[in-house]
Amino acid sequence: MSTKANTTDRAAQLAENFAELEPRFTPDESVAEASRCLFCYDAPCTRACPTHIDVPKFIRQILHKSPVGAAETILSANIFGGSCARACPTEVLCEGACVDNTLLKEPVKIGRLQRFACDVASEKGISFFDAGPTTGKKVAIIGAGPAGLTCAHELRKHGHSVTVFEARELPGGINTYGIARYKYGTEFALTEVERVKQIGGIDLRLKTPVSGAQMAQMLSEYDAVFVAIGLGKTSSLGIEGENLPGVWEALDFIFQTHTMPLEKCEIGRRVVVIGGGNTAVDVATAAVRLGAEQVTIAYRRTADAMPAFAYEYDLAKADGIHWEFSAAPLRVIAEGGRAAGVEFARTRLVGSGRNAKVEQIAGANFVLHADMVIKALGQEPLVELAAAVPALKVEKGRIVIDKATGATSVAKLFAGGDCTSKGAEVVDAVQEGKLAAAGIHALLARR
Amino acid sequence: MTPDLSINFCGVKAPNPFWLASAPPTNSAYQIRRAFEAGWGGAVWKTLNHEPIVNVSSRYGAIDYDGRKVVGLNNIELITDRTLDVNLAEIRQIKREFPNHALFVSLMVESKRETWHDIVKQVQDTGADGIELNFGCPHGMSERGMGSAVGQVPEYAEMITAWCKEVAKIPVMVKLTPNISDVRAVARAAQKGGADAVSLINTINSIMGVDLNTFAPKPAVNGLGSHGGYCGPAVKPIALNMVSSIAADPGWKIPISGIGGIQAWQDAVEFLLLGASSVQVCTAVMHYGFRIVEHLESGLKNWMREKGFKKIADFQGKGVANIKDWGDLDLSYKVVAEIDQAKCIHCGLCYIACEDGCHQSIKWERVPTDEFTKNYAAPHAAVPQASSLKSQASSNGNGHALVNPNMHFTKSGDVVTLPGEGDGYVGVFSIKQDTCVGCNMCSLVCPVDGCISMKQMPSTLPKMSWKEYQKKLAAGEVAKIQPPEHV
Repeated sequence: MSTKANTTDRAAQLAENFAELEPRFTPDESVAEASRCLFCYDAPCTRACPTHIDVPKFIRQILHKSPVGAAETILSANIFGGSCARACPTEVLCEGACVDNTLLKEPVKIGRLQRFACDVASEKGISFFDAGPTTGKKVAIIGAGPAGLTCAHELRKHGHSVTVFEARELPGGINTYGIARYKYGTEFALTEVERVKQIGGIDLRLKTPVSGAQMAQMLSEYDAVFVAIGLGKTSSLGIEGENLPGVWEALDFIFQTHTMPLEKCEIGRRVVVIGGGNTAVDVATAAVRLGAEQVTIAYRRTADAMPAFAYEYDLAKADGIHWEFSAAPLRVIAEGGRAAGVEFARTRLVGSGRNAKVEQIAGANFVLHADMVIKALGQEPLVELAAAVPALKVEKGRIVIDKATGATSVAKLFAGGDCTSKGAEVVDAVQEGKLAAAGIHALLARR
Repeated sequence: MTPDLSINFCGVKAPNPFWLASAPPTNSAYQIRRAFEAGWGGAVWKTLNHEPIVNVSSRYGAIDYDGRKVVGLNNIELITDRTLDVNLAEIRQIKREFPNHALFVSLMVESKRETWHDIVKQVQDTGADGIELNFGCPHGMSERGMGSAVGQVPEYAEMITAWCKEVAKIPVMVKLTPNISDVRAVARAAQKGGADAVSLINTINSIMGVDLNTFAPKPAVNGLGSHGGYCGPAVKPIALNMVSSIAADPGWKIPISGIGGIQAWQDAVEFLLLGASSVQVCTAVMHYGFRIVEHLESGLKNWMREKGFKKIADFQGKGVANIKDWGDLDLSYKVVAEIDQAKCIHCGLCYIACEDGCHQSIKWERVPTDEFTKNYAAPHAAVPQASSLKSQASSNGNGHALVNPNMHFTKSGDVVTLPGEGDGYVGVFSIKQDTCVGCNMCSLVCPVDGCISMKQMPSTLPKMSWKEYQKKLAAGEVAKIQPPEHV
């Protein structure tokens, strides 16, 4: 990707840099692509989708020029279908399972078809879902991310009353704050939240953080509580200089591209990103788009062991991002009280697979100069909230749930989304929100 | 040796059997010149009358099928809208420019002997090679007592054919309508009236669709419409049946020009095999232009090369005898489907077609991914090499390799997916050969070429047709055949 840092109209250039990678299909493109679908029975794409969207059905609806019907099929299974169409790692989900990978070596572009249908329905302003008859049951949902909002939407279909508590200014959670900007921006993410709210009756309270004590209190005030608080801060590296100015957390760095005009976003000239996952790629590609001259992703293991998806890796390569594999950070180098680089140890792997041990090679240290260092490691769990309910079973900081119902070890308390996992995709959070809503409804219906 | 594609059709020679049907592409000298230059061997000039007609707009409607355009076309256009003098002058000019191409002229006038005599004489004065009597057009002209109004009544067809033959010095071909219960009745009448050839099929009565906003039929003229003539690829099977039924008719002597949905060279060969000795094309030209004749000619020529045929007559009509009454078919012949697991892509289309529409004879197993990987798929991320596959190939016991060489994983980070996988299993399908009735349906819907084949099985019955079975049954020579088991 080419960037023109010296352009007079920097804002326009940045907007161009962050333009979406793949535009929406035209109606003609959608029909041509849809005609490739074989309409499999017990379709692998549908089974591979965590929310089990009936993919052949919606593609056939597009083929038969009913994109609105297609959107209904999609959104019935996944109310964040528009987001997932753009943010899902389709190559390892629906498109990875497509039988055309074998027949034609080219899967049907399911994600782009899904986006087309959802966009058309949005533009026509059609809403598909009605709230059920009021049951008088009240559910509190903590966290307005994909899991929390999906759960709220499902519960409203059943007629339960729902209050959603969100600590941040904007609803949508990671879907609003944490998705690479070239996949979609804040504006789109908020339209996805609006779609959820269209069902009516969702009492969404923003800037309303919930403490552990308040959560414990909610258990007696509500018929059920769903915790979908996501994860907290990026894990720390535990090295010298980690807190110097110029050292960023990945999510903070991405947040700024969503919450500030792009030309006001902070960016270094030479950026080092530490980590090997998809977030590292999101951060690095955003850094290039913001105008960084040199961006390096440093990962302590080898390319084979990297958790980033192949698609993301290719994207980073296409953006001219340099990869430094087998590099373990030792310290952030300071100059004038700011980060000026990172010293790394060269590593080798002992053993095989993801469990292989990383061993530092003595005498092979090296320095990468950088005026911005971004930590793109996993996120740490939010432990305070869970600790407030002593009977709540937690393992390694994650709330333990029954996968089928979202039920925790505490009666009436359900959980889902990233606070129950080590951090997954939006589509996983949606499914967990759905399953928990079904679990909650089953509980409320019993009473 | 390059095969000879030239033909002699009822005494008219042409460089190849590919002719243009009487239709919009043969409306003018300009078009026919372009067509002959492109390689068409002959043409039938768009139907003439003493007076030009007046057309409406719009005129054509099409049906598309799941992304393919114009699988079928219809029209409510009438015969020539140009004066007879202009047409005759142009026909004369074309015949001068292309003396070796076949040029027939289509005619349709009111059912008066002297009117027919007059127009036949005027046309043959131009030097045209032959005349085609349009007894087929199903719309507009039929309401005025012409076209299919004549073609649906054998007596009229015979009478008018005979009138034309009274003055014609060039061959007279009769174009037949399919809008009749037995096309052979009119074909016989035409032959009896002295026709030198017949051509078929003309278009089929049709309404192409309804506009869901205005409720007007398609095509529409200011919100209203009328039935029109249907043609295009979708009508070919109907045309093949009619052509072959005439070719097989006892006492049939004159040549047939086959028409109906020809767009690929195979279509033309099929018409020739089933009794046609020339073919006429319209819709495919209206869709893609005259250039398609290059593909028709090249396809036919190379097929003949491969088969060792030197001239059209070497294979013309050779498929007619293979079409029998149902009652003559062998009841003892048995085939069952077989799925080649090494080619299967696990789409499940065969299963659901059999289960819901046919005879419930496909087994569907959900094989856990790890087991599938071990037994059916090539392990590891990249597209495997053929050599490494061999050593990994397992067998289903029948000696068939189970590994699909085209199947490979998509691997990204921790996540590995396999085409056909989802929810931890892959659908594996196999034929229940003990209940399979050999209907073909699974092999028809399978998207993979050669994956499902029909295998002949040992017969459990003595070789006999239904007609023979009835006799043997009456004579007590065979037991009654038991119905197959159903779910």
